[in-house]
Amino acid sequence: MTEHKNIFDRMMSLDRRWIFLFLIVVCVATYTADFTIPINTEAEVESIFNFLDSLPEGDIVLVAIDYDPNNLAELHPMTYAVVEHLWRKKVKIIFTSLSQLGPAMADQAIRDISDSLKVDKTYNYNGVEHNFKGREIVNGVDYTFLGFKPYYALIILGMGQDFRLNFPSDYYGTPLDDLPMMQGVINYDQVACVVDLSGGNITDAWISYGQGRFNFPLMLGLTGVMVSQYYPFLGSGQVSGIMGGLLGAAQYEELADNPGRAKDGMRVQLFAHYVIILFIVLGNIGFFMSRRKRMEGGN
Amino acid sequence: MKRQLPFLLVFIFGAFMTIQYYVPHESSEFVYTFLLDWTMIIGIFALALGIWSLYHVSVDKIQHKKENWIYSYVTLFGLFIMVVFGFSYKVGDSWGMYPLFVIALMALLYCLIHASISRSKGFWLGLSGAALAVSFGVAFFDDSWKLAFMTSEGLKNTMFTNFADFVLTPILATMFALLAFFIASAAYRAFRARNVLASLLLIAAIIVMLRFNPYMPFGLPELVAETSSWLMNVPNLAAQRAIVIGIGLGIVATSLKVILGIERGYMGKG
Repeated sequence: MTEHKNIFDRMMSLDRRWIFLFLIVVCVATYTADFTIPINTEAEVESIFNFLDSLPEGDIVLVAIDYDPNNLAELHPMTYAVVEHLWRKKVKIIFTSLSQLGPAMADQAIRDISDSLKVDKTYNYNGVEHNFKGREIVNGVDYTFLGFKPYYALIILGMGQDFRLNFPSDYYGTPLDDLPMMQGVINYDQVACVVDLSGGNITDAWISYGQGRFNFPLMLGLTGVMVSQYYPFLGSGQVSGIMGGLLGAAQYEELADNPGRAKDGMRVQLFAHYVIILFIVLGNIGFFMSRRKRMEGGN
Repeated sequence: MKRQLPFLLVFIFGAFMTIQYYVPHESSEFVYTFLLDWTMIIGIFALALGIWSLYHVSVDKIQHKKENWIYSYVTLFGLFIMVVFGFSYKVGDSWGMYPLFVIALMALLYCLIHASISRSKGFWLGLSGAALAVSFGVAFFDDSWKLAFMTSEGLKNTMFTNFADFVLTPILATMFALLAFFIASAAYRAFRARNVLASLLLIAAIIVMLRFNPYMPFGLPELVAETSSWLMNVPNLAAQRAIVIGIGLGIVATSLKVILGIERGYMGKG
């Protein structure tokens, strides 16, 4: 004999395939629908933006692309937002990838962003209109891509002495000394700050071995699930700012007036969260009503 | 001596690296840099060992037709083909006989696998030799592409970049994207207000999820954003700080145990 289930029992033990189906329908619908959602910014992201925006032309920032394709959805938009902002300001970038599949991510981002900066654009932020004249982004002049080396902690320490120690030549095989932008650039002393975009514990090494030892300003772009772990470093001042997940990237895009894939993705994420909350509420209604019925039955 | 020597080496280098951190003299930095190079060299040997182990495990799976053995071919061919792509690059306008070179090398790998597991070793080794001869022949006579073992030209090989961009990247991104569905299902089942602590967790989770929801009435978005910010900056920060300090002390204690030879697990025996 099968046990009779009332509506509340059913609400509590919904087949997960219904959840999957509902979620995919909502994701596809919100992705295809053309609308934007307002993005409010947080102090953690504003501090990164304000720091990078205050850098003068010609300064150098080290951007560490320390994530694999797993974290593409959350961290790639951050890379695009930060790098495009820096190149718009003619700030030079040293890229590293201390995660194994990071070079492919960095290479793809460099190619895409270089293409997008070939056209003139107008941005409006901080109440000022900024006209950007399209230009060619040149390897060795606007950026240097060091590539990947294993043992990230050692590489971070090594770069504190001399970039050439672990990277005598760049990702494309050109000796660092032959690259115009690397003339006179020895170690972190010549770098305005480090932006680590990471989907794993390489961030810990950047904090302990990089910022801890060489004392450069460190800014983090992390996946949503990692963010809460790094708040202590924000509180202690070891980290100057944190972008968390797609939301952090969307906030940066909002601040830089450069709407892109993060703001697009936020539509989907927001409504996916609605779906999750809806099912949590349904589950809890079912839970309370079933418990009440059981207690009434017991009495 | 067989056991004492590793303990002595661990003690000397462990103690040196600890003290070195506080000595900014150039001779100390020189030894430190020298040791960093050694770490990488040892690591590269570990990588070679890892590849050999992967080959061995995969071949064993194929030999004994263990569960999902067919995917071991995919693993080995995937590994091998990316290495081949990474070491070769196009010189002319077309790839010439490059596809034949790649096929011959894949055939070589297939024959070597079967030479390891088949009874008719001679036959498979003969075929391996033939495949190797074909690949050498193509590599020697075809000028439209070249091999580069010592330089990074292979990284620009479109086969290499296309496999990375259009095969590996979507596969990994898809795997991670699937997590969203499992998280949704797990949240539905786990977030039940069964007791006070579970209720607190549930409320905190909903507030953080809704922290930038612009579609709430009565000034709720600001209130939720502020509450979420407080949750992250006060209770979360306090708890995470305690965890970080605990982990840090644990690392110091474990490192000391290793350096002083109390913890000997790395020797393979406790």
